[in-house]
Amino acid sequence: MAGGVLPPPSNRGGTGWGPLRVPLLIPTWVMIGIFLLLPVLLMAVYSFLTKEFRGGVIWDFTLAAYDQFFFDRGLFGDEPPVIEWTYISIFWRSIWQAGVATLACLLVGFPTAWFIATRAPAQRTVWLFLITIPYWVNLLIRTVSLKFLIRDNGPLNEALIGLGLLDHPLPLVNTNLAVQLGLFYSYLPFMVLPIYAAVERYNFALSEAASDLYAGRWTILREIVLPMVRPGIVAGCILVFVPSLGAFLAPDLLGGAKTYMIGSLIDEQFKGSQGNWPFGAAIAVILMTMVLMVLMAQARAALKGERK
Amino acid sequence: MSTAIDVRSVVKHYGTMTALHQVSMAIRDNEFFTLLGPSGCGKTTLLRCIAGFESVSGGDILLYGRDIATLEPNYRPVNTVFQQYALFPHMSVLDNVAFGLKMKGVGLAERRARAGKMLEMVHLSAFADRMPSQLSGGQQQRVALARALAPEPKVLLLDEPLSALDLKLRQAMRVELKTLQEQTGITFIFVTHDQEEALTMSDRIAVMSQGRVQQIGTAREIYEAPNNRFVADFIGETNLLEVEVVTASGGMAEVVLPGGHRLRCAAADTTPGRHHLSIRPERLSIAAEGPLTGTVERVVYLGTDLQLLTRLPDGAPFTLRLQNSARTQVPEPGSTVSLQLEDGAARLLVD
Repeated sequence: MAGGVLPPPSNRGGTGWGPLRVPLLIPTWVMIGIFLLLPVLLMAVYSFLTKEFRGGVIWDFTLAAYDQFFFDRGLFGDEPPVIEWTYISIFWRSIWQAGVATLACLLVGFPTAWFIATRAPAQRTVWLFLITIPYWVNLLIRTVSLKFLIRDNGPLNEALIGLGLLDHPLPLVNTNLAVQLGLFYSYLPFMVLPIYAAVERYNFALSEAASDLYAGRWTILREIVLPMVRPGIVAGCILVFVPSLGAFLAPDLLGGAKTYMIGSLIDEQFKGSQGNWPFGAAIAVILMTMVLMVLMAQARAALKGERK
Repeated sequence: MSTAIDVRSVVKHYGTMTALHQVSMAIRDNEFFTLLGPSGCGKTTLLRCIAGFESVSGGDILLYGRDIATLEPNYRPVNTVFQQYALFPHMSVLDNVAFGLKMKGVGLAERRARAGKMLEMVHLSAFADRMPSQLSGGQQQRVALARALAPEPKVLLLDEPLSALDLKLRQAMRVELKTLQEQTGITFIFVTHDQEEALTMSDRIAVMSQGRVQQIGTAREIYEAPNNRFVADFIGETNLLEVEVVTASGGMAEVVLPGGHRLRCAAADTTPGRHHLSIRPERLSIAAEGPLTGTVERVVYLGTDLQLLTRLPDGAPFTLRLQNSARTQVPEPGSTVSLQLEDGAARLLVD
C-alpha cells in the first residue's frame, strides 16, 4: 500500500522560527521536566528504597516492595515464596470495576453525545453547559451525596418502597454496584465530551449515502458511524478507564472491604505511621506500567488503522 | 414509453415554509431528465423526496407504478450521486463501489467483480485499492458515480454532481455522464442550477422556481418557446418588453411595440391587456428599416460574438448579439440604428 500521499501537516525541522526555536522551547521542557518527569522518576526511585517505620524512607536500595507485592514469604519472611494473591486480586478487581464503569459510561455517553451533537448549534452549547454544571461541585461532596441517595433509608429506596416496587430496601451501599455507579457518575463527562467532538465532525451525508445504498439503521451505525467516530470513543474510554482504575474516593465512600481498589491501597501506604512509602510507590509504578502498556497497544492499533 | 418516476401533486412543508407546491411531473423510462432552477427553487428538495431523505407532506411518488413515497431510502431501488460525493473515507475505492452490492447480499467474489467492472467503466481500475482521500476531485466524482450505478438502480439521482469541479473537468464530465446514461439505459434525474449543463445534456428539462414547476420540455422548447417571464429570463439571455396585446387567438397574437409598430408573434398567453414580450438577442439584426430603433451605448467584444447594448426611445435597455464575422458592420456608440426581428424571434409570455 502506497501510504503518505498527503504530506504530514506539521512544520517539522523547526521551519519559521530559526534561532528562536530553542529558547522558545525551554519553558515547555522545564514544565515537562518539573511536573511530569521529575515526579515519576522520584516515585520510581522511592519504590526501590527501604521503608522507615513512621513513614518516609531509608536510602537503602532493595526490591523488597516489589517482592511484597508479588510473593508471600510467610509471617517472618523466612518461608519459601509462594505467589501473593492479595494485591493481584485487588488489581484485578480494580480493572473489573473500571471496565464496568467505562462500559456503562460508553452506553450512556454515546447516545448523549449523539443527541447533543445533532441539536441546532445554539442548543448544543446549552446542553454541553448543563453536562458540566455538576462538576462545579467538589467530587468528594458529590460522592457523599450519592451515598445519601442510595443508602437503605435514602430517597431512592424510599421511593421504590413507596411505589410498592420493593418490600425491603435494596442494599446498595458497600457493594460493587455502588462503586461502579460512583465511578460512572464521576467520569461520565469524560466520555461524553470526546465522543461529542467526534460526532460533531461526522458528515451526516455519509449516513444518507449508506441508507441510499440499502443499509439499515444498525448497519449504518456499525459500518459507517462507529468507524468514523472511533477516535472519540477510544479517547473517551481511556479518559474514563484510567482515572477509574486509580480512583479512591468512590470505592472508599461507597464501597466496603470487599470493594477495595488500587487507589485506596496506594492512598493507605502514605497515611500515618502504618504507611509504607516504597510499597505505595511500587504499586503506583506497576499501575502506571500497566496503563502505559494499554495506551501503547492502542496507539499502535491507531497507527496501523491510519496506514491502512 | 413507460413512466419511470411519476411525481403527483407533491407538497413539502418545512414548518410554515412551503418548499414544494403541488409539484407534478412524469419522468420517462431511460430519460436524461434535469431539474433546473436557482438555489432555493425546490429542485434539491424534490430530488431528496424521490430518494427518501425527506418525507413528502402530501402527494404521491410512483416508481414504475409503485408508490414509494413512504418507503425508507434503503427500500427504494434508486441511488444517489451526492453533491460533495459522500464517499466513505475509511473504505477503499473498491469497497466504496461494492458497498451497495454488499448491502443487497451479493457475495464477496461477485461484488468485487461487479465493482471492478464499474470502475472500468469510469476509467478508474488502477485506483481500486486507493483511499478516497488519495484521489482528485474529478476522480472522487467518478467513484461516487460508479458506487451509485453498481447496484443497478432503476433510477439514478444526481444532486449537482459537477458543481465542485473546475470548468474543464465539468465539460468533460458532461459528455461522460451522457455517454454513461446511454450505455446503461438507466433513467437519470439530474439537479443543477447551471442552464448550460441542463441544455447540453438533457432529453427534457423541468424549470423550477419558488417550489413550482414553471415549464417542462426539451432544451429547444424551453429556450425557444418559454411559457413565462421567469423561464425566458432564467434560460439564456433575453430582452423583455412590455407590450399592449391587440388581438390574440390560436396561440398567436398581435401586439403594439413601444414606438407604435404592430407585430404578429407566437403567444403563450392570449388574454388581452399588457404583457411581456421576449426577444432573444441573437435573433435580431441591424437593418435599414425595422420595427424598433435603438441608440447604441456600448459594444462588447465576446470573441465569437459581439454584444450590442442599446437603449430604446423610452429608455429601456435592449441587447443584441451579432456574430463576429468580417462582414459584420459594427455601429459606432452614440449612433441610432433600426432593429429587425427574425421570423419567430418574439414570443408573448405569461407574467
